[in-house]
Parts: sequence; C-alpha cells; structure tokens
Amino acid sequence: MSKFLEVENLNVSFPTEDGLVQATNEVSYSVGLGETLAIVGESGSGKSVSNLAVMGLHNAGSTNISGHAWLDLPSGRVDLISAKPEELRALRGKEMAMIFQDPMSALHPFFTVGKQIAEAWHLHNTGSKRAGLARAVEMLDLVGIPDASKRVNDFPHQFSGGMRQRVMIAMSLINNPSLLIADEPTTALDVTVQSQILQLIKDLQKEFNMAVIMITHDLGVVAEVADRVCVMYAGKIVETGGIDDIFYQSVHPYTRGLLASLPRLEQSSLGHRLLAIPGTPPSLINLPNGCSFAPRCAFAEHVGSGLCTSTTPKLELKREDQWARCHLGASDVSRISQLQIGATING
Amino acid sequence: MFNFVVRRVIYTLILLILVSISVFYIFDWIPVDAARLICSKQCTPALVEANRIRLGLDVPVLEQWWRFMQGLFLGRDYGQGAAAFHCPAPAFGYTFTRHQCVTELIAKTFPVTLSLALGAFFLWMVVGVSLGILAAKNRGKFLDKASTVFVLVGTSLPTFLTGVLIIIFVVLKFNLIDPLQIGNWANPFTDPVGWLKAFFFPSLTLAIAYAATYTRFTRSNVLETASEDYIRTARAKGLSEKVILRKHVLRAALAPLVTMAGLDFSGLLGGAIITEKIFGLDGLGSLSVKAVFQTYDLPIIVATTIIASAFVVFMNLIVDIAYAYIDPRVRIK
Repeated sequence: MSKFLEVENLNVSFPTEDGLVQATNEVSYSVGLGETLAIVGESGSGKSVSNLAVMGLHNAGSTNISGHAWLDLPSGRVDLISAKPEELRALRGKEMAMIFQDPMSALHPFFTVGKQIAEAWHLHNTGSKRAGLARAVEMLDLVGIPDASKRVNDFPHQFSGGMRQRVMIAMSLINNPSLLIADEPTTALDVTVQSQILQLIKDLQKEFNMAVIMITHDLGVVAEVADRVCVMYAGKIVETGGIDDIFYQSVHPYTRGLLASLPRLEQSSLGHRLLAIPGTPPSLINLPNGCSFAPRCAFAEHVGSGLCTSTTPKLELKREDQWARCHLGASDVSRISQLQIGATING
Repeated sequence: MFNFVVRRVIYTLILLILVSISVFYIFDWIPVDAARLICSKQCTPALVEANRIRLGLDVPVLEQWWRFMQGLFLGRDYGQGAAAFHCPAPAFGYTFTRHQCVTELIAKTFPVTLSLALGAFFLWMVVGVSLGILAAKNRGKFLDKASTVFVLVGTSLPTFLTGVLIIIFVVLKFNLIDPLQIGNWANPFTDPVGWLKAFFFPSLTLAIAYAATYTRFTRSNVLETASEDYIRTARAKGLSEKVILRKHVLRAALAPLVTMAGLDFSGLLGGAIITEKIFGLDGLGSLSVKAVFQTYDLPIIVATTIIASAFVVFMNLIVDIAYAYIDPRVRIK
C-alpha cells in the first residue's frame, strides 16, 4: 500500500554569502492516512524546512530544492516538488493544510476570524458569503470554541493563545484536507493548553482520517501523539521507526542523548544529574567529514579506526522497521551504553 | 466604536481650547510690542496706547482669547466712532494696517493653500505608494534600485532648490508653461485647466520630497508585512500571490500611512511658506510671512497660527477615527 505522502531524497539548500546552507540532505519519510508521523529535532535540524518545501511555502527565489514529495490523490500521484506553483496552490488548503508555531502572529490582525476561516473555504468551494460564514461557525464549534456563532465576528486579538490555535486548526481543516502538517503547534502555548490542543488534533485526525505530520522538538508531544518518529539532526534523518522502538530501543546515539536529557520522575529522587549532549550542532555550511554527529558522540571512540569521522554512515535497517544512520549496530549500542552508565554511576 | 468617537471629539475640543489659549499667551510673552511696531514715525506714547486699545491688547490675555472666541461665533466690532467696523462671524480679527477683516484675507488665501496641498498630496501619495509597492515587489531588482536613487535624491533636495530648478527648466528653458499662469488663481470647478496650470508645478515641487519619504516608508512596510506569519498563513490557505498582496499585505502595510499622510497633509494646510514664495502664490503661508516681516500685523499672525494648529488637531481626530476603523485592535470597548 502506498502512503498518502511519500517524501523521497528531499534536498533543500539556501545559497548565502558564506556558502551553501544544506538545510536538508536526502530526507525521506512517509505518512499514511490516519497515521501520525512525528519529526523531532532541534532548531536548524531541517524539520520545518523540509515540510515548508513540501507545502511549497519556502521562498522560491532563494531556495534550491531537489527530490520528490508524492501525494497520493484519488486523481493520481502528484509530485509536489516538481508541480507548478498554480497546481500546488490548488492543493494547499484543500488536500494539505498547515498550522504554525505561534498562533499569536499567524492570524491576520485586521480581519475577523470568521472572515479568515471562510476565506479558506471560498477558495476551494463555491458558495455565498453566508454559506462560508456558516461553515466557519460549524468549524469553530467543531474545534471547541464556545459560543461560536458570536465569536465568529471577533478579531484574533480577542482570543487567547490556545483559542487562536483552535481557530487556526478550524481554518486549516475547513476543506477536509487529507494531510495536516503541524509545525510545533503547541510550543507557544501553556502546558495545560498544549495537551488540549494535541488531543483536539488527535480527535479530528480520527474523525477525518487524516495523515498528520507533527513537527516538534518536544519528546513529550511525540509520546502523546505519534505512531512513527523521524529524528533529524543537521539536515539528515538519523533515526526512524515506530514510537515504541524509538522510545525504548533507540539505536542512534543522538536519539539516546535526547531521551537521556529528559527529566524523569523516578530519577530525580536519586540525585541524578540531567544528562546533556555536549557541544553544539555543526554549521550547515560545512558539515564535518563522516557522521555529522560524530564530534558530539560519546560512542564514536568505540567505533574502530576513526570510521565515524571519515565515512558518512547510511540510513540502515537496524531492527525490524527501525532505521538509523550510524556505524554501530543495535546490539553494540545497548552494550556500550550499559558500560557508560555503569561508568557514570561508579565514577 | 460610537463611544470611542465621542470621546475623541471631546478630547479634540479640549485640545483646541488649550492650543488657542497657548497661542494668545505666546504672543503676549514674546518681547515684541505690536502696538509700538505698527505705530508710524511720528509715534507718541499716546498713539501707542491708542493702538493697544484698538488691537485689544489692553485687556488680560484670557479676556483677549475670550473675545476672539466670541468673535468666531458671533462676529465682532473693531475700533471706535467713525473708524468702527463690524466683522461678521466667523471673525478671526481685524487688521488695522490693511483695514480688512482677517476672515476675508483667509478666505482669499486659503483656497490657494488648499489647492497646493491637495495637488501635492495627490501626487506624492500616488507616486510614493505605488513606487514603494513596486520596489517591494521587485526587491533587489532594477526597479528597486532605481527607486532607491529616487528616494535619496528626493529626500536630499530641498524644496527651494527643486522649485528653482523647475522654474529654470520648465518655464525659462523649455517654455512649457506661461510663467504668468503659475500660481494665478483659477477656480478648479469652472476652469480646471487653468487651475492645473496654476498649481501643477508648485504641487510637484512640494510633492517630490514627500513622495521620496513615502516610497521608502511604503517599501519597508510592505516588505516587513510580507514576512509576517499571517502572510504565510494566507499562502498556506492557497491564496494567490495577487490576492495576498492586495488584501492581506497592503491592508496591514498601508495602515500606518494613514497617520503619516494625515499629519503631513494637515501640516501643509497651514501654508507651505517656501513653495508659495518661490512660485509667488498668495496662500496662507505668504500671508503669515508678510504679516510677520512687513508690518507685524498681529491679528493676522494670531489667526493663521490658530488656524494652522487647528488643522493639525482636527486631522489628528480624523486619523484616530480612521485608524480605529482600519485596525480593530485600536478600538477600545
């Protein structure tokens, strides 16, 4: 079965005065209807850039893109990367929608939310203004905005952050898209509001059988919503697999580092220090030879003959349905990390 | 919204009262004695006193102001006996050097100033805003660079230089227009061509500097708005670039222009002294300058000062209300 969205070898780069910034490098991922793919990584890892490119929302003038992003539409497969801007525009907001990090700035301050939501509907449907507004009320109601028929005439500044994100969701889903890309939708929100918004996205996903891509740097969010996970580092996917594989048997040292840097309830009482990954991500203009993560990797010294700093690892199958871009095998990693944990505790 | 307007109007009226009182105090405080200055060569202390009474400067400042306000609404009598004269409402004063009601002078000069200001305003808004939008749309390309040159030249050329250049080239060198027609008042409703001939070049002179500023302002505002998150949202909906620019970008980018344009325009309604002088226009600016330097005609000076400041205050009101209409965030419940 082919997935609804299949991204293949996506390269995005920006020419700058200092050189070519390779924002994403041979990135491939896919997501099926009803499935949630979480893309995790720190700032600059390429997680947003690759999805903006899929949506065609990058700055076309200053971006080089190659690769494919196949959208499996009933009318046939479409490559979003090679599609004409007009074709892409017709798909945006209809088949695929996107919501953004900061709901405070993502809505136009001069128009009522009703107008903004209805505008999305009118673009892909024919109907009267009244019908558009009625649809907007329906959507506001669906995303849990109380008193929707009145609130539809309010302006964005009259809503709280969480409510605005609900408005954004209402707007993006008004045409029943099959793909929703959520770019850190809860980062700017309070923790309590965060889980409400995530729950809302999950509920709506079930209702509309959507494919959801959740871009985040928050592993808590991943745990809550994802079916599959892609971990990105320095523009590459370093590990991908099912949610349980990633959380309980991750192979790539970077993924392990991310997980180890999460505070855990059961550890705090034992006086554990929170583990941090040493160093900073490399510059995307000149990546180090070999594995991009090698300079920060605690495992690199355990790999023979400087392999990590000389040869770029490929994304390899490490376990069933779990891929990692690392020279180590799955068993090596767990053996070495046990050694290290032992060393930390003893030392 | 209604409450907002009512409150703004009340503030404006209070502000007008304060401003006009200040004008009277300022002319009272400055060390120039109007009664002495308009006195002829064979001046005696008695004549100076008589002048003081004629000018109404013998009473306290607040009373002078009160009489002025009364005159505005009810008309006012000036002088005594055979020299007595009545100015009907709105009476802005009476000039004893010209023996005329100031209102008459203003009624004659204001249309000139208004024509100049309107012409300039129209020119600079059309040129400045459209050039700014075009420059932003073609960022980094030839048109953008050309507009940068225009902005640099326009903002660095003072009006007295552009005015003189226009006179030299348009009138003297290429004889494009009969110099007598420039600034020669013509009624725009009965003689639109004559009006255009009278005011096109003076307005152009005034407009160039403003157009440059507005080009720069529009360009940077459009670019800034285009990179806002809500523009990306509009794109994500599937809107076309045309609609995004027209509806989403310009609405937000041009809103601050309303404030700027309103205040610039109202400033010009008080008279554009340099431009009026260069082209020999009999506007409010020329009237004030003459009143100050030739005769020190205090009633005229006071009247034009109050009128100029009143325009600014009124335009502030209009801008505030317009802005609240444009930007819903300004409306206070």
